Amino acid sequence: MTQNIESGRDRITVAILALGGQGGGVLADWIIHLANSNGYIAQGTSVPGVAQRTGSTVYYIEMIRRSAASSNAPPPVLAMMPMPGDVDIVLAAELAEAGRAILRGFVTEDRTTLIGSTHRVYAISEKSALADGTASSQRIREAAERRAKRFIGFDMEEASVRARSVISSVLFGALAGSQALPFDREMFEEAIRHGGKAVASNLKGFSDGADLARTRREEIEIASAPPAPTTESGRALADRIARDFDPALHATLLYGVAKLMDYQDRAYANLYLDRAATVAVLDDGRDGRKLSVEAARYLALWMGYEDTIRVADLKIRQTRLQRVEQEVQLKDDQTLRVTEYMHPRLQEVCETMPAAIGRAILARPRLRAWLEPFFRKGRHVETTGLRWHVALRLLASMRGIRRSTLRYRDEQQRIEEWLGLVRATALTDSAAAAEIAMLPKLIKGYSDTFERGLARYQRISAAVPAVLRAPEASDRIAALRAAALADDKGRALDTLLAAEA
Amino acid sequence: MAERSFKKEVEKLRLGNGEIFEGEGILAVTKALLQSGVAYVGGYQGSPISHLMDVFSDADPLLRELGVHFESNASEASAAAMLAASVNYPLRGAVAWKSVVGTNVASDALSNIASGGVTGGTLIIIGEDYGEGSSIMQERTHAFAMKSQMWLLDPRPNLTSIVDMVEKGFALSEASNTPVMLEMRVRACHMTGEFVAKDNRRPPLTVGEAAQNPVRDVDRIVLPPANFLHEHEKIEKRWPAGIRFIAENHFNEWFGPETDDIGIIVQGGLYNSLNRALEIAGLSDAYGASRVPIYCLNAVYPLIPDEVRSFCAGKTAVLVVEEGQPEFMEHELNTMMRRADLQTRIVGKDILPRAGEYSAQVLYDGVVEFLRQWAPARVPAGMAVLPPEPELAGQVPPRPAGFCTGCPERPIFSAMKLVQEELGDFHVSADIGCHLFSILPPFHIGNTTMGYGLGTAGASAFKPSEGAGAKRAIAMMGDGGFWHNGLTSGIGNAVFNQDDNVTIIVDNGYSAATGGQDVLSSQAENATRTTNNPIEKALRGLGITWARTLTRTYDVTRMRDTLREALTSPERGPKVIVAQSECMLNKQRRIKPLMAKAVSEGKRVVRERFGVDPETCTGDHACIRLSGCPSLSIRANPDPLREDPVTHIDNSCVGCGNCGEVAHAAILCPSFYKASITANPGRWEKIGRRWRAALIGWSQSRHARALAARSF
Repeated sequence: MTQNIESGRDRITVAILALGGQGGGVLADWIIHLANSNGYIAQGTSVPGVAQRTGSTVYYIEMIRRSAASSNAPPPVLAMMPMPGDVDIVLAAELAEAGRAILRGFVTEDRTTLIGSTHRVYAISEKSALADGTASSQRIREAAERRAKRFIGFDMEEASVRARSVISSVLFGALAGSQALPFDREMFEEAIRHGGKAVASNLKGFSDGADLARTRREEIEIASAPPAPTTESGRALADRIARDFDPALHATLLYGVAKLMDYQDRAYANLYLDRAATVAVLDDGRDGRKLSVEAARYLALWMGYEDTIRVADLKIRQTRLQRVEQEVQLKDDQTLRVTEYMHPRLQEVCETMPAAIGRAILARPRLRAWLEPFFRKGRHVETTGLRWHVALRLLASMRGIRRSTLRYRDEQQRIEEWLGLVRATALTDSAAAAEIAMLPKLIKGYSDTFERGLARYQRISAAVPAVLRAPEASDRIAALRAAALADDKGRALDTLLAAEA
Repeated sequence: MAERSFKKEVEKLRLGNGEIFEGEGILAVTKALLQSGVAYVGGYQGSPISHLMDVFSDADPLLRELGVHFESNASEASAAAMLAASVNYPLRGAVAWKSVVGTNVASDALSNIASGGVTGGTLIIIGEDYGEGSSIMQERTHAFAMKSQMWLLDPRPNLTSIVDMVEKGFALSEASNTPVMLEMRVRACHMTGEFVAKDNRRPPLTVGEAAQNPVRDVDRIVLPPANFLHEHEKIEKRWPAGIRFIAENHFNEWFGPETDDIGIIVQGGLYNSLNRALEIAGLSDAYGASRVPIYCLNAVYPLIPDEVRSFCAGKTAVLVVEEGQPEFMEHELNTMMRRADLQTRIVGKDILPRAGEYSAQVLYDGVVEFLRQWAPARVPAGMAVLPPEPELAGQVPPRPAGFCTGCPERPIFSAMKLVQEELGDFHVSADIGCHLFSILPPFHIGNTTMGYGLGTAGASAFKPSEGAGAKRAIAMMGDGGFWHNGLTSGIGNAVFNQDDNVTIIVDNGYSAATGGQDVLSSQAENATRTTNNPIEKALRGLGITWARTLTRTYDVTRMRDTLREALTSPERGPKVIVAQSECMLNKQRRIKPLMAKAVSEGKRVVRERFGVDPETCTGDHACIRLSGCPSLSIRANPDPLREDPVTHIDNSCVGCGNCGEVAHAAILCPSFYKASITANPGRWEKIGRRWRAALIGWSQSRHARALAARSF
């Protein structure tokens, strides 16, 4: 883009975009040493400080061929900041940082080799959303392909974990593999050795990075197939789905029955299909049967609500212990203790009791006041200890009497009301009915979070009849749902509901 | 002990004549000070000059050998006042701090030293925190140089020039009896490069020797009538002496052709960026062979009238490249043109942006516009415009700085958020330090910040007792800010004025935001500094009666309850909570090698980290909104029916326990678990574990069989 820069210039510019703690400084030191010891003069700059506390940082290196010692060339004048359109190599230690480099103009089609990891480290705005706030990795990758002269991208985080190294060594390897710098691989390795820290593991990461940069792999996402039945009950349910439902619903329903079999039993899974069928018959087939697919999805999730029995059941499973062992990278000669942070309140305890008893306690303020202090403190539950394992095992076994619990009664009633609303709306406005089918998305979590979500769901449900009387009801219900997920305090929803009233 | 160890770099400070020094800009300055025979050094840490302070701390043995006195001053004011040693004695002294904030703090002492003048060379190393990466208000130190009349050097960013200016700066100071400021921009401080070293010089007179033979000169003290005398001295003696010395010793440089219709006057610190802009415009090369005359000011204050006249004479227009505002130099250059009756047009902020950093791109645009107006034939062909990427912009999230993984300050703000949920929002007067990150997501706490250690003072106008139903205000302060000045300006002020507000002092054992230096209350043993002075003791000594020290900030429940008590207690008067837990960044640096060593020696070591069960997590992320820990992230939901990502804790978790405590205090969810991993467990422990694992394993496989039977 800059026709004024001589094409045969001796100067090479390198920008490194990294997050604090990703080792961008170490990488910059390697590159500077590499250049300085192989016939170049290199200068590096950075901005440490608060930016390094998790913020994104730019390290910038310029190098220029060293003149013969006997020449009278003056020392070079090297810049301290990358200039848009003037960067030869961009190293990005994370995908969004690669995107940032593009936005800052550091990546241009005429000269820039962009070497970036395709993994994501989510920013706080993405993580703190009430639902899914993540950016589109696909978009950033497309821009990288389009804007760079050459884009070398692969998941370097994964590669570094496999090599038991750090991402900076994989990036350094990818830089060597890209052959974008006029240095041999041995010279790169020498720079790592000169650094003197964790040399063996850094060389391993380097070597993997170099190989991966050369052999570009397509990362194929494997779409997981819906579960296949393994038991007689499973087969019966699968047959029923195949026989009675439209193929568009099969995957969702299979996941649903698998979940509810695990949750309760075959009869409960059949109840699920009974309920799903009442919506499916009303579907007019638009939007790929969005109405019945979404209803089937949220019905399965709602019927598999998280009560204390379910939590206990999941916490004591063998598969769960194995997953924890894997996650913490437990070695053979180490022992593991797992402590859960649980905080059942009187409410949850009563909900796990038979409905009559639970309701009776909750309805007596004085009794509640007396009992509540016993449940005010959170419990540290050691599930790798015998005592708590047995306690949770007993709790999980209450699955047998789940249908008599207070929570079960409450949830089934709410589910029926919701389905009733979906069906009634489907008769007149199937698009709006699909949006109502998705409203249970708001109900999630436990305790206060659960109650907050439920309350918002109920406020929107109550407003539905009024919304349906005006045009574009489906869009407005979708807007209400989005508003309910916009903030913790519910301000967006308040504003929108006030406008609807 | 500071965040970064400079033991290796300290060895570079020993290099002798002719050896090549390789390293960062700020280390080059450090070496230059020793080459100049400096007798005493001090300052206050802060980006971008923290490393200078850290290097000196680590260089203690070398400094002792050379007879150089080094002090980690309590504040920039203390550092500036220390320069008093150069008033009566021919002692070379240097101090360093972050500017403009540090210069603000130091300005009382600076005015005094600039008024009375100095005998020994006095150098103030200014880390000019301006532009990208800056964390402070965007102001110029230039104004201080002008108002107090101190000379301001702004060397070209290459190590040889910088070292040269340090050495010449001392001589200039001595020749003109004036303190000299040496400005280092952020990137110049951290710029790598090399220069040819000289031998270190012992100070001809040490501070100890000076104190043995006191010299007194009442004319050097700022009190009538000497104060009036000083002003005349500045104008009549020191200013001309300074100008003469700068001119005779060629502080400023000329580049490019001898004659031309146009020219550029540039602050030394911006020279490299200007050259890059000219290079892209086809008017220079990578070795600075400019085709436009450049007058490069390594001394930006004072300007040298003769030099300016001779550069501008015969030119139709001169571009002034002066970063920041107001444009003091441009004003003065215009005045000089009028006085010399030169018709040369001074072009500056009418073309270049009035505010903001002058990057190479900004300078390129400015140079092109300058050429268009004054030398149209030399306008370059132009740069292709980069197509904008609006859609991409929507996908690249901002990445504000935040608390580190396991930071002990996070639970303080989690607790504050929980209290606000109960009692409504409070006015929070924030302070300077890592804790200021509370104003950012996910906490969104903090209304104002008035300066280092000024959190409590910033809340002092709020007198809750004066209005019905009024609330107490909350003030934040760090241990660094507390000892810097908060003890008197905040706590003393609150006691004296019978305030009724609540102050939370974050006592993490270090001046953490500036790089983990020790402070008075640090719990580390430090051979050369006195530590372990508890903050609460100082508070009580000052008359605080309601003070609580919490020794584990991670106990969110206790933190919340204590804060609630402070906010609602009927007791009147200032209330102070000292929230104590070690800075995790420094703690990890301290204990990680110790733990690795213990494990390799076969000792029993327990490592803790936290996890989230993806099956019970429902993807609401309330835990993230209450914590914001970098290790607390998200990943795809394993349940194909669910669309929202689940919370996930990665292996960078240091096991501080905050997320679990928050889940407990806020009654969030049962998904958090703590995994305690024991390396080299004891024999009985192993046997016990094995038994338990066998029994639980038996129970689990029965459970698994039941699950398989009722599975799909």
